[in-house]
Amino acid sequence: MVSMVFLQRELRLLARQKADWLNPILFFIIVLSLFPLGVGPEPNMLRIIAPGVVWIAALLSVLLAAERLFKDDYRNGVIEQLVAGRHSLLAFVLAKTFANWLSTGLPLLLLSPLVALLLGLEQAALGAMALTLLLGTPLLSLLSVLGSALTMAADKGGILLALLILPLYIPLLIFASSAIEAASIGLEYQGQLAILLAMLLLALALVPMAVTSALRINVS
Amino acid sequence: MNINQPLFSSTEATDAAFVVTKHARPVLQGQQLSCIRQDRVLFAQLSVQLSYGQLLQIQGKNGAGKSSLLRILAGLAQPDDGQLYYQAKPLAQSLPAYCANLCYIGHHSGIHEQLTALENLSFWRAAAALKPADDWALLAKLGLAGLEDVPCRMLSAGQQRRVSLARLWLTPALIWILDEPFTALDQSAIGLLQQHMLEHLNKGGAIILTTHQQLTLQFQSLIKLELVYRW
Repeated sequence: MVSMVFLQRELRLLARQKADWLNPILFFIIVLSLFPLGVGPEPNMLRIIAPGVVWIAALLSVLLAAERLFKDDYRNGVIEQLVAGRHSLLAFVLAKTFANWLSTGLPLLLLSPLVALLLGLEQAALGAMALTLLLGTPLLSLLSVLGSALTMAADKGGILLALLILPLYIPLLIFASSAIEAASIGLEYQGQLAILLAMLLLALALVPMAVTSALRINVS
Repeated sequence: MNINQPLFSSTEATDAAFVVTKHARPVLQGQQLSCIRQDRVLFAQLSVQLSYGQLLQIQGKNGAGKSSLLRILAGLAQPDDGQLYYQAKPLAQSLPAYCANLCYIGHHSGIHEQLTALENLSFWRAAAALKPADDWALLAKLGLAGLEDVPCRMLSAGQQRRVSLARLWLTPALIWILDEPFTALDQSAIGLLQQHMLEHLNKGGAIILTTHQQLTLQFQSLIKLELVYRW
């Protein structure tokens, strides 16, 4: 019930600050459309680099949205108030995370057919990419919420956030792109998906607690 | 540093300063509190206590450590030394109960500029697990009639402050900690807030506040605590 009110608030804020989520999506599309121009439109070449390219673009665009996640609420004292009140902090973190996924992760998933078109991916690889995005983007959101909570008090938090969070994205990048690669040469890729799911569940269990602690430390 | 300088002095505002209402025992107690910021001791071995029905006004120059003391009392910061007690139990043990009974309003407004006054209030209502009530009437009472649906960034500083202070009309908490609540408010709003504070004290609540302004109403249970600026 509390979470619903909080989620409603986050969605309302996203509706009023469209640049926060539109810019990362446009960034994602532009980066992907640069690759065929840069490396040449040779389909075989694009097909080889596509898995890595899609995921690197996804990581960077999610990172763009992450920086401002907690900034406003930190500056105007909302987080301080929630920490002082204590009991609703976790619901706030969960609402933030879910709203972040809805505004940055879900659009990437919906854009995946367009990506397949740009990079000349085949049907099987497209399915694998959509599945990795489905499992991977919530994990991206969780990690970026964590990074954002840790760096919200820093003046120039952007680059610090990137340095802090990008290394954590590495396992995700490895297994997600390897799943797409396996699918594109007709191999099984359930193993990689299982590992992605395991990482997601682990993060879902631990990250919200870490975020609430980070918020508490930052206001005290 | 001048060692002989008094660390703090507590003066009773009126003879009736210790008119303690129904609860004689202090609800909040700080013992031997110290706070150090950037190698400067803001205060050391400071003891404060607050009972229900009391208004504790903390005075001192800019930088004397008033806000730091309030943040420590609100459980937001840890004292460098000393112990806090809520209802005679160490604060660490009774933190959830204390937080549920506390309304802290600090320097920051706690309102999001992109949201309207009504949306900010409903957010606070949800955060404090309160039942819905007539927010329109409350905002009208605070002089914000007609501005309920305007994003708070369009409001003036004083109007934003009024939205922020509206929480004092919503909260069932008995202990209020207010850091400069009168900042940016006009005379009528200051009067309204003081009247509300008086009602709260009469109902058995307790208030700690800092302000550089004179309180215009007569508070029977006012206690003043002067923090001395230390080098």
